[in-house]
Amino acid sequence: MRKKNWDMIDRIYLDSAASTKTDPEVIEEMIPYFRELYAIPTSQFSHSFGIEVQDAIFGARKLIKEQIGASNEEEIVFTGSGTEANNLAIKGTAQANRSKGMHLITTKVEHLSVLESVRKLEKEGFEVTYLSVDGKGNIDIEELKRSIRTDTILITIQLGNHETGTVQDIEQIQEIVANTQAYLHVDSAVSFPYLPIDLRKTKIDLMTFSPHKFYGPKGIGVLFVREGTKIAKIIDGGFNENNLRAGTENTPAIIGAKKAFEIFKQEDVSRIKSLKDLLRSRIENEIKDVELNGALDNSLPHILNYTFKFVEGESIALRLDFEGIAVTTGSACYSKNLQASYILLAMGKSHEQAHGSIRFSLSKYNNEDEINLTVLKLKEIIEDLRKLSPLGKE
Amino acid sequence: MPTPYTKLVIEHFKNPHNVGEIESPDVKVTEGSPACGDMLTLYLKVDPDTRKIVDIKFRSYGCASNIATGSIITDLAKGKTVEEATQITWKEAAEALGGLPPVKVHCSVLAADALHSALEIYLEKNNLLKEKKTTTIEVIFQKLSHVINPMTGIDIVKSKLIKSVTVDNGVIIIEVDLAEDFQFAGNIREEIIERVEYLWDVKEIRVEFIG
Repeated sequence: MRKKNWDMIDRIYLDSAASTKTDPEVIEEMIPYFRELYAIPTSQFSHSFGIEVQDAIFGARKLIKEQIGASNEEEIVFTGSGTEANNLAIKGTAQANRSKGMHLITTKVEHLSVLESVRKLEKEGFEVTYLSVDGKGNIDIEELKRSIRTDTILITIQLGNHETGTVQDIEQIQEIVANTQAYLHVDSAVSFPYLPIDLRKTKIDLMTFSPHKFYGPKGIGVLFVREGTKIAKIIDGGFNENNLRAGTENTPAIIGAKKAFEIFKQEDVSRIKSLKDLLRSRIENEIKDVELNGALDNSLPHILNYTFKFVEGESIALRLDFEGIAVTTGSACYSKNLQASYILLAMGKSHEQAHGSIRFSLSKYNNEDEINLTVLKLKEIIEDLRKLSPLGKE
Repeated sequence: MPTPYTKLVIEHFKNPHNVGEIESPDVKVTEGSPACGDMLTLYLKVDPDTRKIVDIKFRSYGCASNIATGSIITDLAKGKTVEEATQITWKEAAEALGGLPPVKVHCSVLAADALHSALEIYLEKNNLLKEKKTTTIEVIFQKLSHVINPMTGIDIVKSKLIKSVTVDNGVIIIEVDLAEDFQFAGNIREEIIERVEYLWDVKEIRVEFIG
């Protein structure tokens, strides 16, 4: 009888930390901006086509501003992606504030868009401190305190980790940074809106959002830039986005992003969290020799990462894919540079643990049947691969 | 389903042949390690009179191409004499699988290495091998010809990526004509070290990216 139910499931997508299915309501909202409202909004003194689009984009800025507690519309900067928002936040503030200092602080577990941005700045003469993390992926607040110098101009730290779901203590971090001249940039690309934010109550200067992670369209990122922040433009051209990002506004994506901010329901978060709890308890109770990568508490409600000992992650992911189940792994064999997950390694995990790691990430479109089927298939696959493996035999 | 693997690779990955162990094998050899992401243990049973491989089995901790190559190369070796089996190359195994994505070639090399190591050990054990060789520049080049540039799937010797090799009192210096920040620099460095470090007279290896 269970089988019958499961046969109706086509494919199971557990890779929502990478990207999500765009909500049909979002798509509906976007369509007129391809069909009728295609003009550019550059000038309010332009034709009526342009003014209509200008109004719509202003409306999007206003809604997002209200959702995150920004104080004015100019603080909302649309970019081409979360990656671009991180690039602008980091390179833009570094360039604009180099007379105040050349030192930046980040962590070893940031998204590549942060790490590669600071690495590029290092080549230009900036100094970067990379904070370590503990076994659960949390930074050491004392190390942060010790690392801040008089010439530190920017501290960039993610809120939630995209591979393990570990959440940093941003309350504490912002109190520390607030007493310095440095700006605080927080990458919330994977954590928002699972962890909502009210920027009125924080001392965060810059914050990255990525709407396609919460049912919005791809090709759009949002950077919050608090009024008064000194930041330089990194894409040159026209005077779009409060003169912070040149390029024709991607109106359909901006409108889609707005809709994604608007319709996200916090009720979904608790449902997703209960699916994660179900997956976690079934894996831990029914599969031997597994190890959680990340934290139990202070963890994003939609990301779960396990190492299955004695087997390699690409094999698990591929076998799951044959069953129609999509996950990712921190194995070197899966990555584009053939290196094991730098995040798990930074957490002190061995290469072996990183190679055997699987990330499951959920969305509002998943349900209990899917989780149960995933566990069933996972058990078979792990058992099979362990039979094949030379490891773990007595 | 669109995967970068051929049907044959997937068949061998899903249902690998010759999996398991042999009781009291003539040779048991392990190549790779879980730390480098792939590991393969090979068991060999040889008929002492005919020197034919009568049984061959493997276990693999690795990705699909590693498992599939372990499966096909044991198929290829079974029934051959030890001397014939030494002629089996990873290239032949990869071709028998209908090809492998370039980025995955290095994973399949491990299975061929395990086979060759096992055969070498068999020959050595039975006093059929020539004497211990001193590591020379030629030996290093021969070893490096098993290191694959994952970008192209072609080995770094054939791709003319080896700028120079120096052998001086057990210290090996290898200059690679790639930039330090090349996408696969870390991976190529690891592979070079793995290929050379076990040689009996090698004390130190320095891999320098000078591109």
